[in-house]
Amino acid sequence: MDVVNQLQRQFIDYSASLHREGFLDDQFTQLQKLQDDNSPDFVVEVASLFFEDCEKLINNMARALEQQQGVDFRQVDASVHQLKGSSSSIGAMRVKDVCVAFRSFCEAQNREGCLRCLQQVTHEYSLLKNKLQTLFRQQILAAGGSIPVVE
Amino acid sequence: METEDQTLVQDCLTENLDPAPIKDEYAPVIFSQETVSHIVSIDMMSGQQDLENILRARATGKGVLTSPFKLLKSNHLGVVLTFAVYNKDLPPDAIPEQRTEATVGYLGASYDVPSLVEKLLHQLASKQTIVVNVYDTTNASAPISMYGTDITDTGLLHVSSLDFGDPLRKHEMHCRFKQKPPLPWMAINASVGVLVITLLVGHIFHAAICRIAKVENDCREMMELKARAEAADVAKSQFLATVSHEIRTPMNGVLGMLKMLMDTDLDAIQRDYAETAHASGKDLISLINEVLDQAKIESGRLELEDVPFDLRNLLDSILSLSSDKSNDKGIESAVYVSDRVPEVVVGDPGRFRQIITNLVGNSIKFTQDKGHIFVSVHLVDEMKGTSDVGDKVLQQGLNLVQDMSSKTYNTLSGFPVVDRWRSWENFKMLNGKDAKDDPEKIRLLVTVEDTGVGIRLDAQDQIFTPFVQADSSTSRHYGGTGIGLSISKHLVELMHGEIGFASEPGVGSTFSFTGAFGKGEVSSLDSKWKQYDPVVSEFQGLGALIIDNRSIRAEVTKYHLRRLGISVDITSSLESACTYVSSIFTTSAFAHLAMILIDKDVWNQETVLQLRSLLEQHRKNCKLNVSTNLPKIFLLGTSMSPVERSKLKTSGFVDNVLMKPLRLSVLIACFQEALGRTKGKVRGKKMSTLGSLLREKRILVVDDNKVNRRVAEGALKKYGAIVTCVERGHDALNKLKPPHTFDACFMDLQMPEMDGFEATRQIRSAESEVNEKLASGEVSIEMYGNVSHWHIPILAMTADVIQATYEKCLKCGMDDYVSKPFEEEQLYLAVARFFESGL
Repeated sequence: MDVVNQLQRQFIDYSASLHREGFLDDQFTQLQKLQDDNSPDFVVEVASLFFEDCEKLINNMARALEQQQGVDFRQVDASVHQLKGSSSSIGAMRVKDVCVAFRSFCEAQNREGCLRCLQQVTHEYSLLKNKLQTLFRQQILAAGGSIPVVE
Repeated sequence: METEDQTLVQDCLTENLDPAPIKDEYAPVIFSQETVSHIVSIDMMSGQQDLENILRARATGKGVLTSPFKLLKSNHLGVVLTFAVYNKDLPPDAIPEQRTEATVGYLGASYDVPSLVEKLLHQLASKQTIVVNVYDTTNASAPISMYGTDITDTGLLHVSSLDFGDPLRKHEMHCRFKQKPPLPWMAINASVGVLVITLLVGHIFHAAICRIAKVENDCREMMELKARAEAADVAKSQFLATVSHEIRTPMNGVLGMLKMLMDTDLDAIQRDYAETAHASGKDLISLINEVLDQAKIESGRLELEDVPFDLRNLLDSILSLSSDKSNDKGIESAVYVSDRVPEVVVGDPGRFRQIITNLVGNSIKFTQDKGHIFVSVHLVDEMKGTSDVGDKVLQQGLNLVQDMSSKTYNTLSGFPVVDRWRSWENFKMLNGKDAKDDPEKIRLLVTVEDTGVGIRLDAQDQIFTPFVQADSSTSRHYGGTGIGLSISKHLVELMHGEIGFASEPGVGSTFSFTGAFGKGEVSSLDSKWKQYDPVVSEFQGLGALIIDNRSIRAEVTKYHLRRLGISVDITSSLESACTYVSSIFTTSAFAHLAMILIDKDVWNQETVLQLRSLLEQHRKNCKLNVSTNLPKIFLLGTSMSPVERSKLKTSGFVDNVLMKPLRLSVLIACFQEALGRTKGKVRGKKMSTLGSLLREKRILVVDDNKVNRRVAEGALKKYGAIVTCVERGHDALNKLKPPHTFDACFMDLQMPEMDGFEATRQIRSAESEVNEKLASGEVSIEMYGNVSHWHIPILAMTADVIQATYEKCLKCGMDDYVSKPFEEEQLYLAVARFFESGL
């Protein structure tokens, strides 16, 4: 079916562009490979978990950094570490990179830097969320045939 | 006074003198000494001189001298001293008239100067030839010579004054040498000699001091230069090491990228390019490693490991790695290990592999398109008793026999080789000169024999020198840097062995080395070496027939089959095989005969058909069940194109084609396939391997992050594992308290409340408690699921893969770590340590 092929091609192109732009890396591809008949919604499941986790962590960090009397950098660092871990598990490369910079600011106890990073993280996260939602919508549309996994 | 003519009277006789004229005064001599008795009665006032003298003497009252005049009788020049004699004491200030008045007489004395002088100076004058002159120097400007010859001025005048008593007159005596004093030769010579000697001695001292100073200078300079040279050497090594290290890192990156590239979709040409690049990269890396090794060796930092390893598997893998190159060139390669070499030895497998790889690599490089490369391993002890060498391969090596009819030799490929005994004839170990004969050590002798171009005789001395190749053109023709043998030599020496070679240009080279290894237990082997144990026994007791016209080659094949427990018979031609097979039809040997291996050299299509039909005939004759398996026929070949191979297989003449060099794993797979005993899928890509490792295994995943848990669970489930996830360290503790049914645990390190380290520590302590109780019999083994020793493999999941973390993991009881997120190859390596495959 031509439409399906077209949609499939669209999906592939979009997926490739996400990779190219650095939103996703190889790990995401691995996750896609793990998806099979036994767990057909694996990737969506993991992504949703990630978004939940991300929001929770970002809120934690925001609250911790807002403390006027003494920011607890250790707490912030713990949250960043968690975020780094989960973003690398899912393959969210840009989020992970920001987390790396974030951590160094935490270590230096630089509140300004941390706030900036938090802003960046939030930005990257919302971008990624949008992109992934688009990707999944396209995936569903293209599900007329078998879902091509981008190698 | 004027010089008057002093010649008074010629003759002295009184008779000849006239009587005195009439005068107022007379002064006749009344008394005289006998010597001058002739002047008696002569009037002293008759002579002018005398007269003056007398008058003056009378007037002054002192002694008065005349000027010199000729004396009477002797006619010598002389002077007269006259004293006046007074009749009373006169006061000193008396006037001359008073004195004249008081005079009663005179006293006179004549000095005969010549005789005086002569008598006085007789001795001196005669000896020294001294010339004496006596002068009257009253008138300084006109001295009157009283005695002496003419003056010869020889210098060295000595003037002494004579005092005869008259103050008015002065007399001097001049003495001088008659001859000029001769040059004092003795003194001159002596002093010159002493001077010369002093100069010489001084010169010697000076020269010695100069030399010492110079030598010291030189020594100091040399020390400086030496220090500089050593520093340069060290700097060079360090530079090499640093640069090599720096090159390695991006090089590894390049290789990694190429590998990833090859994993993607490429067409044939692209794949070829990528593979070529990859191969070049690998060559470059190995070259850099060699250089690094050389630097390490030079600085003495190379250390050998001590791990148990399986010699035969190692050699198999070495040869198969180089088999591509050797097969392409049409060279046959084979490995043979003597029966007396134990299965497991303790040593450094990596370095051992390095040495053999280097030697085999050299052999391949320098062997063109014919012949063979033969690696054989024996115990040193086997060599010592040359008379009863049991091993066939050794026996063959003892004497090179040429078969006149076919112009071939009894070697692996038929081509002549250098006598291998020459390569180790200088080894101390073998000549029994090795004093330290440690019975605990196994001493192996490895020989690599090839039929290559050989080494030129004049280059043979420099073979082991680093960076020197046999010829300046060698690098151009054959490639390489010339470090390999030097490194090999060092490694051999580190293994307390010796390395040597024998080579003949145009015939080939044989390299041999010895090494000392420890004894090892089979059970101590690392699991990666144990791959074949469970499978080996399935072929035990089977029989095989090898048909090969070269006995050494047949021995090699026999060796491989014996490793699998198969008993082997050898025949050298198809015809004799047919005869043999017919002869054993009725024996039990035939029942056990499961396979016939035919070498390509003796392959003859018709005869093989004959053999086949013979076997089928027998089956029919014996009325055996058709399902009874006939012996499988395998073809052993070296370099065959895949097309040829598949043609032979499909033609039905053979059941399979085995490529040399033989590898145990390949043999097992082929036999399994042919004999219909495949237990599972043949090892394919790593995916299925991981799958086979993890299938049905119960795995616990511990991570506080939901996303991580889900991803890990998904990855492990894909390989067929049964996964349980927990969030906290405490939950992991509860789950892993013995008895439990888990096979492995993946533990995150960074968790709140209880982190991975602490959780592992507690799990291990719980386990050891239980183990102690079980060992002491306090509790029964049934209570704990019939497991006597509890130790669940715990692998850390961490994004932080630095050495310190690894060590910390090990310290608290973890077994290994994997990176997060999972990486397939690493996961496989880590998990393979704990799980057997293919079950």
